[in-house]
Amino acid sequence: MTVLIKEHAKPSIQEILEAGKFLVTGEIGPPKGTDLEEMIEHINLLKDKVHAMNITDNQSSVMRYPSLGTAILIKELGGEPTLQVTCRDRNRLAIEADLLFAYTRGIRSVLCLTGDSIPVGDHKDAKGVFDLESVQLLQLIRNLEEGRDSGGNELKGGVKFFKGAIVTPEAVPIEPQMIKFEKKIEAGAQFFQTQAVYDMDNFKRFMERARKINDKVYICCGLVLLTSPGQIKYMNNNVPGVFVPENLAREMEDAPKEERLNTGIRIMARQIRQLIDEKICDGVHIMAIGKEDVVPRILEEAGVDITKM
Amino acid sequence: MIITTSKPFEEVLKELEGEQKVFIVGCGSCATTCETGGEPQVAEMKAKLEAEGKTVTGTVVYEEVCHELNTKRKFRENKEAVEAAEGFLVMCCGAGVQSVREATDKPVHPACNTMFLGNIVRHGHFVEKCSLCGDCVLEDFGAICPVTRCHKGILNGPCGGTDEGKCETDKEKDCGWTLIYNQLEKMGKLDRFRRIYGLKNWQANMKPGRVIFERKGGGE
Ligand code: SF4
Ligand code: SF4
Repeated sequence: MTVLIKEHAKPSIQEILEAGKFLVTGEIGPPKGTDLEEMIEHINLLKDKVHAMNITDNQSSVMRYPSLGTAILIKELGGEPTLQVTCRDRNRLAIEADLLFAYTRGIRSVLCLTGDSIPVGDHKDAKGVFDLESVQLLQLIRNLEEGRDSGGNELKGGVKFFKGAIVTPEAVPIEPQMIKFEKKIEAGAQFFQTQAVYDMDNFKRFMERARKINDKVYICCGLVLLTSPGQIKYMNNNVPGVFVPENLAREMEDAPKEERLNTGIRIMARQIRQLIDEKICDGVHIMAIGKEDVVPRILEEAGVDITKM
Repeated sequence: MIITTSKPFEEVLKELEGEQKVFIVGCGSCATTCETGGEPQVAEMKAKLEAEGKTVTGTVVYEEVCHELNTKRKFRENKEAVEAAEGFLVMCCGAGVQSVREATDKPVHPACNTMFLGNIVRHGHFVEKCSLCGDCVLEDFGAICPVTRCHKGILNGPCGGTDEGKCETDKEKDCGWTLIYNQLEKMGKLDRFRRIYGLKNWQANMKPGRVIFERKGGGE
């Protein structure tokens, strides 16, 4: 009996990007608890509309159904998962073991993150692990691929992943961020998904900078769905490296209450169209944060059909 | 210096439940500077315990309660009061409390919470700059410790939560990585930041730490 999954329902995001196609990915936030019904609904709704789905890993340090379990579920449902791995909750042994398992279950893409700090989440008294961080995690995976664990021991059967990382185009100050971007590439990052971006002119400037550092690595623009003036205010004040410009904030404010979600959909659709038409980057990563059911509408409004790309 | 804060008095009282006669130990070193276990705080504690109906058989404040031989000597010097006590309240760091533990088998109670190895910024203002990792990497980071001054203790640059020089955990706290970046830039040593720092050895000081120096001198 062979348990290593080699048959895949969908092409990998690596195959999509290397074929020069514009990558469209979504995101699944697992539930707190074992009632998976709504999440399964979202997965089924998205699996043929986007090339792949990220699964967040105890996002914002809030304990949830695990990213690894959800990635396998997506696989079973015929979708393509991108496994997010953070360094907050697991040390190098646990991460390595999880990655071995992930590989045998057909997971091909991994997004490496340091992870939010413990105090921002809902287990405020927990011990943060941070045995390693995103750059070292990328290196660790490369070592696993070369057949060694981080203790220097030989593996009986290795792994192969398409390795991704995060970059924050609007980080203040930007210089350390760009150096870290460079280090992530050196450590093995093959693709990037950005922190949420709203100001497309700023994003274009970031892309110019990034391309000067490395013009081979794939960069996908992260977009978070806007839903209300309150959310915009919250993000501007509280989410590091996220800035919603005046004109978009006004567009949302001017919308009547029942039109807000539609306004957010319209804004994102417009941005996706611009990313594609102006060939600004290699793909888009859509974060609808709880409103996954509107992602098909966003794509429709943007005129994006992955089956025809 | 070891930074301590005082436990709430109610917690101390609870610790001492069932013990009528108490001996109080204060520390002339760190806890005196922190004003958690110096002469004035010991006197105040004595008065408060007496007001609660306890008998304080004696008090002693001396330098370095963490010095175990010293502590045993102080206990011998205060033999009568020590023997009369049913329990000991130790107003200094956890090391001091456990030093007292070595000197007696009677109940020993902490009166403080031990916070960190701290620098004195000015009177009453302490910050943590070293967390005693046993494998000092200050040389590579402009003499600003990423292990301690970054909340996550990460070694390859700021996390995504850094914002205008502040940390995602607390807008009042500097982002250690912004400090390191600025320092290295000032020194023209950003190449150190560009270098990838591999996995750190977190077992350099395998707990519980132990260092025994060989005696120097005294012939072959
Ligand atoms: S690297 Fe370790 S020993 Fe050096 S200052 Fe930081 S915590 Fe202390
Ligand atoms: S914001 Fe800065 S200090 Fe805080 S965890 Fe991130 S890198 Fe470390």
